[in-house]
Amino acid sequence: MANPQTSGTDLSAARQICESIANSGPEDLIPILQKIQDCYGYLPEPVLMEVSKLTGIPASRIYGVATFYEQFYLEPRGRHTIKCCRGTACHVKGGSQIINAIKNELEIDQGQTTDDMKFTFETVACLGTCFLAPVVMVDNDYYGSVSADKIKSILGQYE
Amino acid sequence: MNMSTMTIKSFDQLQARIKQIRQTQEQFDGRILICMTGCRALGAAEVAKAFREKLAEASLEKKFAVVETGCIGLCAFAPLVLIEPYEYLYGRVKPENIAEIIDVTVNRGEYLESLGITQDGRTIPKIGDIPFYKYQKRLVLENCGRIDPREITDALATGTYTSAAKAVCQLQPEEIIDEVIAAGLRGRGGAGFGTGIKWKFCRKEPSDEKYLICNADEGDPGAFMDRALLEGDSHRVIEGMIIAARAIGASRGFIYVRAEYPIAVEHINIALTQARQFGLLGANILNSGFDFDIEVRTGAGAFVCGEETALIASLEGKRGTPRTRPPFPAQSGYKQKPTNINNVETFANVPLIIKNGAKWYSSIGTEKSKGTKIFALAGKVNNTGLVEVPMGTTIRRIIFDIGGGIGKSRKFKAAQMGGPSGGCIPAGYLDNEIDYDSVQQIGAIMGSGGLIVMDENTCMVDVAKYFLEFVQSESCGKCTPCRVGTKKMLGILEKISCGDADLEDLDVLGRLGEHIKKASLCGLGQTAPNPVLSTLRHFRDEYEQHIKDKTCKAGVCRALLSYEITEVCTGCGACKKVCLVSAVEGQPKALHVIDQNECIKCGMCFATCKFHAIKR
Repeated sequence: MANPQTSGTDLSAARQICESIANSGPEDLIPILQKIQDCYGYLPEPVLMEVSKLTGIPASRIYGVATFYEQFYLEPRGRHTIKCCRGTACHVKGGSQIINAIKNELEIDQGQTTDDMKFTFETVACLGTCFLAPVVMVDNDYYGSVSADKIKSILGQYE
Repeated sequence: MNMSTMTIKSFDQLQARIKQIRQTQEQFDGRILICMTGCRALGAAEVAKAFREKLAEASLEKKFAVVETGCIGLCAFAPLVLIEPYEYLYGRVKPENIAEIIDVTVNRGEYLESLGITQDGRTIPKIGDIPFYKYQKRLVLENCGRIDPREITDALATGTYTSAAKAVCQLQPEEIIDEVIAAGLRGRGGAGFGTGIKWKFCRKEPSDEKYLICNADEGDPGAFMDRALLEGDSHRVIEGMIIAARAIGASRGFIYVRAEYPIAVEHINIALTQARQFGLLGANILNSGFDFDIEVRTGAGAFVCGEETALIASLEGKRGTPRTRPPFPAQSGYKQKPTNINNVETFANVPLIIKNGAKWYSSIGTEKSKGTKIFALAGKVNNTGLVEVPMGTTIRRIIFDIGGGIGKSRKFKAAQMGGPSGGCIPAGYLDNEIDYDSVQQIGAIMGSGGLIVMDENTCMVDVAKYFLEFVQSESCGKCTPCRVGTKKMLGILEKISCGDADLEDLDVLGRLGEHIKKASLCGLGQTAPNPVLSTLRHFRDEYEQHIKDKTCKAGVCRALLSYEITEVCTGCGACKKVCLVSAVEGQPKALHVIDQNECIKCGMCFATCKFHAIKR
């Protein structure tokens, strides 16, 4: 975590975010990280070091929080995020077949990003839309009552 | 509705404002209610747009209001449209149907049968006559689907905030607590602890500052009632929080909501802003001298944060791991101050008690479980959706009368209640009255209210494995019984589902489960073995079949399955086309063969074959 690494990343947005949360203390760490991720797409290491410097929260603690919660990413993400639900209703309606079909189609495992940075594939515990089971979400679009043979055409819609 | 957003300064002013809003609403002949939450995924936005355009074309926009509502409930028929004052409910509505609806229903007040809701083979015009609604008692959900949750005036017209105003302006904190205790309200988040008692503990703690938290981290797979409440009627939840804050003496509140619920987050934020503009939140609410405001915090994706001490750690910007209790949050919670945490549905019940009184409230439900409970009905049932019934309703009534039974005339096998902390209830208990205590006796828990229906094509070993995989990956790792114990249990279940286990493993599984329940630090670990223990108890024969006969009768456990193409094959090639790994070989119009070494047993060919030529 040496300083030269920071040279390539624009840190001004991170500074603005830290300043925008008035009197930010340790309890604001999660909202700060959420905003940083919204802005950068993930949590780049130099940015986290900057947050540590600005807020006085030790980098070790920031790293601990960033790795604890599923929604924080330390790696760059694909242009589109596929979220496949593995909730109970989806599971009993064949959700695992959908997961396999996506893995086969993209040739990546869950949690990974395709080499062309087009898709990041994740599974989520439940999207809370059980009436659409099995359900896949691509970015903010829901696809309900999906079957494995539809995966190719669904993913084909994204550039 | 261009209501002035002037601050309301007293109880009487609130009443006057409500009267004024109602008069404005009465200028319309009727309202077209369109679910814009869950139904949005199936094209509700286009339906609403079409309604607005067609009404304007017919110069009816001043007569019929188009209202974008929260969940109407019968999600299986999405997108749903409800037309007042006729109470006709239409399902699977598409933009091209709108002209006809306007012509037949809006203009002539007649029913359009082609878009009606069919249940048990009958098409039923009025929402209240449809069995799905008829057997429900929608109290907490009364406004869900009847108001635009982004318009505080809609909520006010139904009387929302009058209970909060009464609590703030007319009642003493002790009177509120006594009323909630007398009503018998128990926490809807899972364990069912008495809400009023919890408030009393927090009230008694001397402190310069106290906090109130609404737990909207609905993480149980298969539960979506909190999402529906926050999306469809966030004002009711806010009202419940104001009453609770007044009771315990809190000046700051949080709503901790899952980030996976973007519409809920949007609607809460709109509701909070409007409530502040109307003087119902903030400093000196209704000029009563009472200050209270609420902040929204979105979770960052950790199931364990549904546990209250873990949730507090997360709010404090730490890793969301639980800690031992005591001290309880009521003594030392957020920032070491007395803190009260209730679930969304619990808060949504509170205004009913203040409005109608403890006596009325406690007349609903069973002896020890009062009021109603909302269930998220899903899985292999015809009418998936949100269902609110009095405590003490039987599972048969929920699944068969309200839910319309099991799809494709298969047989009911079990209902999974309470998510990863709950258990499976077999057919023998269909007629048991459901309340906190009776459910626990069967080996499940009320939990947050997810109710997943399973039929004979569901393998109970697979279900147990599924839940254990879930808690295993969500275990925070702080205590050993949960971290290591669930892993060990999962290992045994994997062995069973591959046919490699022996009968002794079942006893180990049972013993291990009991130890984990006793020794784990928090609710996650203490309940993690439940799905395994309850299926072991009610479906032990199925476990034994996997072990002794090496078969999975439901056809789910892959390692125990094989697919073969029989002589019936016509050589149509459909299976060859869908096979994900190109394991099917064969010339057109000739018998096809599956290469068993290549086959990943996904079952695609089996599902595709129209000639039942594939044997499993």
